[in-house]
Amino acid sequence: MSKHFFSDTAVLTGRSLSHILRSPDTIITTAVTPIAMMLMFVYVFGGAINTGTGSYVNYLLPGILLITIASGIAYTAYRLFLDMQGGIFERFQSMPIARSAVLWGHVLTSLVANLVSVAIVVLVALLMGFRSGAGVLAWLGVAGILTLFTLALTWLAVIAGLSAKTVDGASAFSYPLIFLPFISSAFVPTETMPGPVRWFAENQPVTSIVDTIRALLAQQPVGADIWVALGWCVGILAVAFVLATAAYRRKIS
Amino acid sequence: MSTNSERSREPAIRVQNVEKSYKDLHVLKGVDFQVERGSIFALLGSNGAGKTTVIKILSTLLKADGGSASVNGYDVATQAAEVRESISLTGQFAAVDEILTGRENLVLVAKLRHLANPGKIADDLLARFSLTEAGGRKAATYSGGMRRRLDISMSLIGNPPIIFLDEPTTGLDPQARIEVWEAVKELARNGTTVLLTTQYLDEAEQLADRIAILHQGRIIVDGTLAELKALLPPAKVEYVEKQPTLEDVFFAVVGDSASGTSAGSAGGPTSSPVSADK
Repeated sequence: MSKHFFSDTAVLTGRSLSHILRSPDTIITTAVTPIAMMLMFVYVFGGAINTGTGSYVNYLLPGILLITIASGIAYTAYRLFLDMQGGIFERFQSMPIARSAVLWGHVLTSLVANLVSVAIVVLVALLMGFRSGAGVLAWLGVAGILTLFTLALTWLAVIAGLSAKTVDGASAFSYPLIFLPFISSAFVPTETMPGPVRWFAENQPVTSIVDTIRALLAQQPVGADIWVALGWCVGILAVAFVLATAAYRRKIS
Repeated sequence: MSTNSERSREPAIRVQNVEKSYKDLHVLKGVDFQVERGSIFALLGSNGAGKTTVIKILSTLLKADGGSASVNGYDVATQAAEVRESISLTGQFAAVDEILTGRENLVLVAKLRHLANPGKIADDLLARFSLTEAGGRKAATYSGGMRRRLDISMSLIGNPPIIFLDEPTTGLDPQARIEVWEAVKELARNGTTVLLTTQYLDEAEQLADRIAILHQGRIIVDGTLAELKALLPPAKVEYVEKQPTLEDVFFAVVGDSASGTSAGSAGGPTSSPVSADK
């Protein structure tokens, strides 16, 4: 690791954060679709969905937050791709800086931007009647899981941004990720799904993450779900990080 | 590998038998040349000749398949970090951050070069390249010439001894071109070694101390302008009617105020703006 890693990463994170501050629409767009979904599910479909619990917005919020992050990281791939298209990426690579700082700047920016989007969605949910009696520790747990999930998906986005051939390709990879919560316990309990679908829903990462966050917010015991959720997040993060670093090394050598 | 004094006797750039292929395409088939310290060296070639590939290898963005190259006495393959300390690259497409202002672009590079007083460095360069007024605007709003000047001024931060300019005037209008030429000559006056690639013959003729022609993967000619001219039969004296070139007409019609240089607005081809101080 280069001696300038931290200062270079800080400078490059500052750069891409100022991009976001100058076009805050990326944060807004990231938050708008999940909010629209939340409105539709709570006020249109929600009445007909029997979750076996009280408030549907309480039930729905964890899944909506994951959708927010899954759509937010598309911008990370997009920004990285644009950097490589223009000459600025080559300029950075030909300068005496820590080379991985170029990626870390985008990764940390992605984290900040997504957490801001998530906060906006939570505020809207509060207006729609979302309530939680969870304590500080449970909220920290929720924040920690969302942070891990964001980092895992961000490194996936880095792979996409580095290997995409077109702008559309750079963001298209996020569509299946956005879709994944629909085949999970995010909107409806998995019990009503037919066999194979139910099996998939119960064994894909989103369900364990959604169930864990839901339990934390509802002050229920999280059980084994939290370990499965953490396992998925850390596993995806590790694999994506290794693949992204390898893709980056191919790109710059 | 060697002390600084030994290094300073080395040529600024030494390229020996460098080869590079992209899959089946054998772009460089053994390229050799040297660039003396403090000189302007033009690498001339048509589109696709491999000029950019040479620059990318020298600026550590690409690895050569064969041969060796050193920059400022450092091997580009094994001492890439030292090479990057010694150079600046201005690539074919203006490498500026369009969302940041001109000044912020300069501050960014100064910070990444770990220099003290990035703000002052930025202000000085803005003044030097007549960008002070535009400094607070987003680079996206700049004209092609302003963007190039910003790009080149970003490359000067930290005073690297060697600067690579890859087709610095491609796509620029005639006035912007002259602005860039002035900037390049200013660099050389301050002792910076400049390796520039171009497909414009007149650009090489105006700027370069030495010219090399890259053709079909090899350097086929390498010398001063006088040496290259001597390759052809001696000049014959012919009397021809002196017609103004289109460039002369262009500057006569639009005036030279926009270029901010001594661009000649009258006279024949020989009064081309940059020939006077060559």
